Amino acid sequence: MRVELDVPKCVASGQCVMAAPDVFDQRDDDGVAILLQEHPGEELLDDVREAVAVCPAAAIRLVER
Amino acid sequence: MVVGASAAGLAAAETLRREGFDGTLTLVGDEPHAPYDRPPLSKQVLSGEWTTRQLPLRPCADLDALGLDLRLGIAATGLDLADRTVRLADGSRLPYDGLIVTTGVRPRRLPGDGGAHVLRTLDDALALREKLTPGCRLVVVGAGFLGAEAAAVAWRLGVHVTLLEPAPVPLAHAVGTEVGRVLCQVHLDRGVELRTGVTVAEVTEEGVRLADGEVVEADEVLVAVGSLPGTEWLADSGLTVGDGLVCDEYCEAAPGVYAAGDVARWHNPLFGTSMRIEHRTNAAEQGMAAARNLLAAPDARKPFAPVPYFWSDQYDLRIQAYGCLRGHDEVTVVEGDLGERRFVAAYRTGERLTGVLAVGMPPKAVRAWRRAIAGGAAWREAVPAGGTEAA
Repeated sequence: MRVELDVPKCVASGQCVMAAPDVFDQRDDDGVAILLQEHPGEELLDDVREAVAVCPAAAIRLVER
Repeated sequence: MVVGASAAGLAAAETLRREGFDGTLTLVGDEPHAPYDRPPLSKQVLSGEWTTRQLPLRPCADLDALGLDLRLGIAATGLDLADRTVRLADGSRLPYDGLIVTTGVRPRRLPGDGGAHVLRTLDDALALREKLTPGCRLVVVGAGFLGAEAAAVAWRLGVHVTLLEPAPVPLAHAVGTEVGRVLCQVHLDRGVELRTGVTVAEVTEEGVRLADGEVVEADEVLVAVGSLPGTEWLADSGLTVGDGLVCDEYCEAAPGVYAAGDVARWHNPLFGTSMRIEHRTNAAEQGMAAARNLLAAPDARKPFAPVPYFWSDQYDLRIQAYGCLRGHDEVTVVEGDLGERRFVAAYRTGERLTGVLAVGMPPKAVRAWRRAIAGGAAWREAVPAGGTEAA
């Protein structure tokens, strides 16, 4: 799978970090999300799906193959 | 079937598919647009930074992949629980086996405000944006979060803004008096006129007329005085409606009927109280929870017990809050400083830490407080002595 993060859309809620801490982090200064790995392993699929669903800015997209 | 095609409805539909439901899935929405995001309406859309192309919640391809029977631009007008059918404005009656109600809220109105703006839908935002030209006079009725965000955007566009608010301090009922003062000072600093303790009697041709007869002149009026849950269509359904569609802790309103998002009033066991939340994050989380519970065996359902979260952007301020602030007994600044507009305020209700509001603080610091609220932390343990009480 591939994860896409639309950084300009991010509202720094940190919801993604709570849902998938192995895949997302937040910048310290403004809280904007950071994508830690663009191609996470399959074991993280559920976490990433949760992050996509709870992101209040619709800024994360998961491309499954 | 999911009635209501915004954030909660889309989250419910996506979750139903993800959890393996492969039957007919109808998504009904009263607006003609594909599901789009609302928080940017009072921010990037109103300011013109974004075009409408950036608003859809999902790309077309992702929406198509859900295989929905998508009915947009058609409002639901009635529900028959016995027959398990939903009536639509185009006269059709659709049967369902399971139903999730996500019909949101609509703006509360004022007498005579037919010519005034409200700000709930994309069409509302585009209509207001068109009128916000430099030098025009805008009166915003209601200095809550929506009114304050719109005022901030309008100010940046060169509009003369007057905010009218009935309370002595805007937002004090939600965030407390001292924090409310800090939040409204950002408007005053920029020359936005804020008049508190004034009640608007009606909107007129000239602007608005206050309860004492004074007329505040305006070219445009935005009415931002709160919302009403979208439950009219359920009036004769037999479901319990009382400031929202009343649900239990599983978000269930009746057998096979669930609700989520702004319209749902449910029992949140984390706080031991009934609540209805008009926040973007709750819409998604509750849509997912309702969908999972609808599909689950009765003994496998899970109570929906979230820590509510919201944010608001005004000028250069990013306000974030977790938990329940309303009805608090005490507010204490636990980190930072109110005067520097960089702080975390903690809210006590009874003996518990029930909420925090942060401005300008690092995200990791704020997340630690969220964890404490989620864990049901006792106030005495979570808040070290030495905080500054902030009324």
